[in-house]
Amino acid sequence: MALKGRDLLSLREMSQEDMEAVLSTARSLKEILSRPIKKVPTLRGKVVCTLFYEASTRTRTSFELAAKYMSADTVSISPSGSSVQKGETLSDTARNLEAMGTDVVIMRHPVSGSCHFLAKVLDVPVINAGDGMHEHPTQGLLDIFTILEYKSKIRGLKVAILGDVFHSRVARSNIWGLTKMGADVAVAGPPTLIPPLVERLGVKVYNRVEDAIDGADVVYSLRLQLERQSKSLFPSKREYHDVFGLTRERLALAKDDALIMHPGPMNRGVEISTDVADSPRSVILDQVTGGVAVRMAILYLILGGRE
Amino acid sequence: MAMMEKAEIMDQDQMRRSLIRIAHEIVEKNGGLDEVVLVGVQRRGVPMAQRLQKYLAEIENREVPVGELDITLYRDDLTLKADQPIVGRTDILFDIAGKKVILVDDVLYTGRTVRAALDALIDLGRPQNIQVVVMIDRGHRELPIRADYVGKNVPTSSKEVVHVKLTEVDGVDQVVIAEHD
Repeated sequence: MALKGRDLLSLREMSQEDMEAVLSTARSLKEILSRPIKKVPTLRGKVVCTLFYEASTRTRTSFELAAKYMSADTVSISPSGSSVQKGETLSDTARNLEAMGTDVVIMRHPVSGSCHFLAKVLDVPVINAGDGMHEHPTQGLLDIFTILEYKSKIRGLKVAILGDVFHSRVARSNIWGLTKMGADVAVAGPPTLIPPLVERLGVKVYNRVEDAIDGADVVYSLRLQLERQSKSLFPSKREYHDVFGLTRERLALAKDDALIMHPGPMNRGVEISTDVADSPRSVILDQVTGGVAVRMAILYLILGGRE
Repeated sequence: MAMMEKAEIMDQDQMRRSLIRIAHEIVEKNGGLDEVVLVGVQRRGVPMAQRLQKYLAEIENREVPVGELDITLYRDDLTLKADQPIVGRTDILFDIAGKKVILVDDVLYTGRTVRAALDALIDLGRPQNIQVVVMIDRGHRELPIRADYVGKNVPTSSKEVVHVKLTEVDGVDQVVIAEHD
């Protein structure tokens, strides 16, 4: 397995073979989550450090639980309450943690490319938990994992990614990962929220969400990233919902067995209506469960063995 | 690592007779098949367990449930290996609490695989007891572990390797000894 001891920074750089290794390992590890004792001794004595410079419910908890289920020890650093508030640099912070025996650093940071920087600074592997607007590779992997729990393969699948693609590292990772595995990806949203030249990544671009949803096997709704926007890119949340929101009426254009996905957290009633989010075809919570299995697989594959 | 096959220790008929004999021993030792379940250790223990299930059904007219156990996550040598081994499926759809679990594997050697299987099973529940079936016991135990039912005892040297080939996995039923070149 080629992942041992290596960083996981982006799906753009990850080979399809490595992606398949993560997905198939995750499939075998998922049953641990339904055991009465959710623990296997595999990573006993390994230290997993999460370094999150941005808020997170899902990703950080998911990584921490993945590590704990595999018997690793975890340590969690966030800017508030740490010396980052005293002005300590990213590089110093991480190298101090490495000096204490950390075996892997999982980082989320607001600056795109920060994980690549950190990977050069550290000897231990770095896992990207989201860098700026660039990529969120473990989210891409868990999304693909979830799709494969319901569909037999990715190749040829029509996937519609709707919403704030411009600011979305989740969208970018999914686009790289899904196109690499042969899916037919379309993005749709208001022109202010679709990055220029995104079609160069091999996706179809629409400004009406109905056009992307039409005949789709998977409808992926992105969060409207209100906290990233410094200027008004749409008139109001209500108008956004009226024109671009994933409602029951719009969803009807997709295939009958289409999956509804969202990376979380949801702005209910904005990019996705509440009844769609809670409908039977929504696999949003499966994404979360699959996320722990995928992250267990990643830790297993990266932390194994010595050089 | 090149390997040269040195000798065939069991052929298809011998393997079949041993498994049938083991099935009878299981029934005898447990006074029937109440609470008995079979758990095959991935990879080749699984088809072996399935065959035992068939023979037990022929003897006692009763279907014993079969589960699959992958012990990769419990191995004691993971940090020593060059690449992470592939994790297979663990599929035990029944509760093992209070059951007589018959662990089935192809070869008993150092005993570390059985040790890992014991830890894995106990994490899944509290069985009444655990018994071990192996096709071949080749000696060289490194832990205080023993098998309850053995197809054949084969003395070996540590340079040798014993391969239990099963039709379901290898296309043929045969047990061979090979040696590293």
